[in-house]
Amino acid sequence: MVTMASLRAARNRSGARPAAPPAWLVGAGVLIALLGLLPIGYLLVLAGSSEDAIPLLLRERTLGVLLRTLLLAATVTAASVLVGVPIAWLTSRSDLPARRAWTVLTILPLVVPSYVGGYAVVAAFGPRGALQSLLEPLGVARLPELYGFPGAALTLTLFSFPYVVLSVRGALATIDPAFEEVSRSLGRGPWRTFLGATLPQLRPAITGGALLVALYTLSDFGAVSLLQFDSFTRAIYVQYRASFDPTLAAVLALMLVACTAGVLIAESRLRGRARYHRSGGGATRRASVVRLGAWRWSAAAFCAAVVGLAVVVPVATILFWLGRGIGAGEPIDLVWGAAGNSVLASGLAAVLAVLASIPVAVLAVRHGGVIGATVERATYAGFALPGIVIGLAFVFVAARYVPSIYQTLPLLLVAYLVRFVPEAVGVTRGSLLQVSPRIEEVARTLGRRPGAVLRQVTLPIIRPGLIAGGALVFLTAMKELPTTILLAPTGFDTLAVRIWSATSEGFFARAAPPALLMVLVAAASLWFVLRLERER
Amino acid sequence: MRLPRIAIPVLGAVLTLAACAPAADSPGSTTGQSASVTPSDQGPVTVYSGRSEELVGPLLDQFTEATGIEVEARYGDTAEMANLLLTEGENSPADVFFAQDAGALGAVAARGLLATLPHETLEHVDPRFRSPAGEWVGVSGRARVVVYNTEMLSEADLPDSIFGFTDPEWSGRIGWAPTNGSFQAFVTALRVIEGEDRARDWLEGIEANDPNPYEGNNPALDAVIAGEVDVAFINHYYLMQRLAEDPDVPAANHFLTDGDPGALVNVAGAGILATAENDEAAREFVEYLLSPAAQAYFATETKEYPLLEGVEPDAKLPPLDEIGTPEIDLSDLSDLEGTLELLQEVGIL
Repeated sequence: MVTMASLRAARNRSGARPAAPPAWLVGAGVLIALLGLLPIGYLLVLAGSSEDAIPLLLRERTLGVLLRTLLLAATVTAASVLVGVPIAWLTSRSDLPARRAWTVLTILPLVVPSYVGGYAVVAAFGPRGALQSLLEPLGVARLPELYGFPGAALTLTLFSFPYVVLSVRGALATIDPAFEEVSRSLGRGPWRTFLGATLPQLRPAITGGALLVALYTLSDFGAVSLLQFDSFTRAIYVQYRASFDPTLAAVLALMLVACTAGVLIAESRLRGRARYHRSGGGATRRASVVRLGAWRWSAAAFCAAVVGLAVVVPVATILFWLGRGIGAGEPIDLVWGAAGNSVLASGLAAVLAVLASIPVAVLAVRHGGVIGATVERATYAGFALPGIVIGLAFVFVAARYVPSIYQTLPLLLVAYLVRFVPEAVGVTRGSLLQVSPRIEEVARTLGRRPGAVLRQVTLPIIRPGLIAGGALVFLTAMKELPTTILLAPTGFDTLAVRIWSATSEGFFARAAPPALLMVLVAAASLWFVLRLERER
Repeated sequence: MRLPRIAIPVLGAVLTLAACAPAADSPGSTTGQSASVTPSDQGPVTVYSGRSEELVGPLLDQFTEATGIEVEARYGDTAEMANLLLTEGENSPADVFFAQDAGALGAVAARGLLATLPHETLEHVDPRFRSPAGEWVGVSGRARVVVYNTEMLSEADLPDSIFGFTDPEWSGRIGWAPTNGSFQAFVTALRVIEGEDRARDWLEGIEANDPNPYEGNNPALDAVIAGEVDVAFINHYYLMQRLAEDPDVPAANHFLTDGDPGALVNVAGAGILATAENDEAAREFVEYLLSPAAQAYFATETKEYPLLEGVEPDAKLPPLDEIGTPEIDLSDLSDLEGTLELLQEVGIL
């Protein structure tokens, strides 16, 4: 039990009360939190003007939809953790064959928009999809029902488990290998070492990744609508589409905010108040590679199965569209302009989100207290809301009060920031937890000001986490549709808009080039990120 | 220290890119900046298009070519664009709303956001296909059809009325798209034509046949082609577009007859915002949508029905006069609230 004892020693909260945060840090954090809360303010204004709010809320159907949605979120989250944690460990700690390729391939599904992934899942596993036609000679005329809960859960898991992979990889890169070494030196095998020494240290990263999966599931519209699962977000869209009355949609969206609050509370219970840095002297080194031995090829087969479902199936579907279109003489338009716009907007959003995540994470981890906790939670407010709600909130405010920035790139970036900053906050926070404040204190006693300590000491140490957070935001902002449609400068089309524009009218062949470009850009940027990571 | 070294170029790049941001508008806009032949002294017309760029982008380019007026187009889903206009209210930068269905135009008009169109523009189309108050005008027709799998069925197996599908023989064989705008417009028409009770009977009758719900017309069409279901209730042009990509798909359109609500012809149409800054160009734009050139575009490219007298639809389609479309004021289709309630009551949504 020496391992657990040493862990516990390390987790002890430091005795001294944390110093009061500098004013600029609080200012930055509060500003970001207020932006995050803006959509909720808009919803409250709208809902306040609704007379039908209470009957709608109490309708039996509304409650049923709510419960079903929560069940879906719980299922997708659990499945994503079960798939994502082993993949993160295998691709960052083991001698898995072709490790770097698996790393890229297992993160790539994140960039597949759910409105493409949903089509792919139906085309492959629908009652009369590709799999059924393969099984037809064996007498299988129809596959079991995919539509509804099973299809929605499968699709969302396939395209959101990389949240867990990225988050856990970031933590594995900065984790102190000393606990694992102690465990191994005491005669524990790799498996018991993972369970006893590694897994407990990964808790904040796992809950952080799981939180993103859960909230993303609450907000997704593409998968649930294509797979016909009646989720809360679908109900909100139906309300918007059918009644042109935003007040009832606002009431429903506020219930979604309440769910988010519930998920956040559950997450904070789960992650606890533990700290995960070294308590004694010595420096963190890089972990050694674990030899998988006989398991090496089974591990590769596991990765291959996941990649097959989450990357090969959608890419094959896109190629099928392309082939069918070329066969029918459709012109193939490589939309470089849209690709450039996508990279520009999501790249800037990624940089902004990482920069914004720093004050939020530092406040939450280093200073704690009411301000830190509130600021951090507030940034998550927007993540579970459907994009159309965030988009309309910014339309409402900007068109009325700041017309000069309305329909400009900066406003679109602010909306992206609100929507995606939690992704960066989660990863940055997880990394920061593993850095001992002692190191910062030493720098302070050597005469550096807090800002300089942050820049010169803390940020370089958590660089892998910042890069991972930036990658997350980049990949997810690239597929963002509703806020782009509502807020982008007029005429600014992105790959996501192109794909949607073609699929919504059934021009699948024309959707193929932008969809392939999106996957290629994502793969290239992931290679780049991994190179940065290796440079350490 | 590694970070400052990487941070400086990154920050530099961000600032440079942000400074170039306004210039970033142009590479994406495809609406014919270089295409203009006739120079025009009019500023650009801003169009909120609920019809996608794939469908109408080339038409907007043609407009610029013909008139020299630039178009700044914002594309999205029709309901999204309607909600956008309703949220912007008086502050909208839009001049024209180009929508996929009459209901959305009706909703924006009902909030007083649309101006009255010139008489000569309205006169181009049959009164059935425009707003009685003159706030919007239909520019192309979209017929409801029953699409069926030709390997499973022949046209003779299909009923003449939409009510025929409530027969238990159709159990497990029907696909529909209850969240789709066109479907909901049809249900609204059903309520208006046949009354609430008959509409409820129909919905309950279909629901009793255990239909497969799909996200939209295309997934429903896919399901018919794949044989997941035998028939689906969709709009006529989805199959026409699919046939252009793949001429061998085993599916065909079945048009209902004799004023049956299932033969509803809805329209895509346009209206001019009351707050339009460039309303002269906006009027020219709407007028252009009803020109022979634009009407021919709808016939050949989107496979919809032209609404201007004298322009023929695709040869594979029955003429518009032969579809016994029911007598209905399309403005009444904006009462979607009641349709939504009915669909929820019956347990379909």
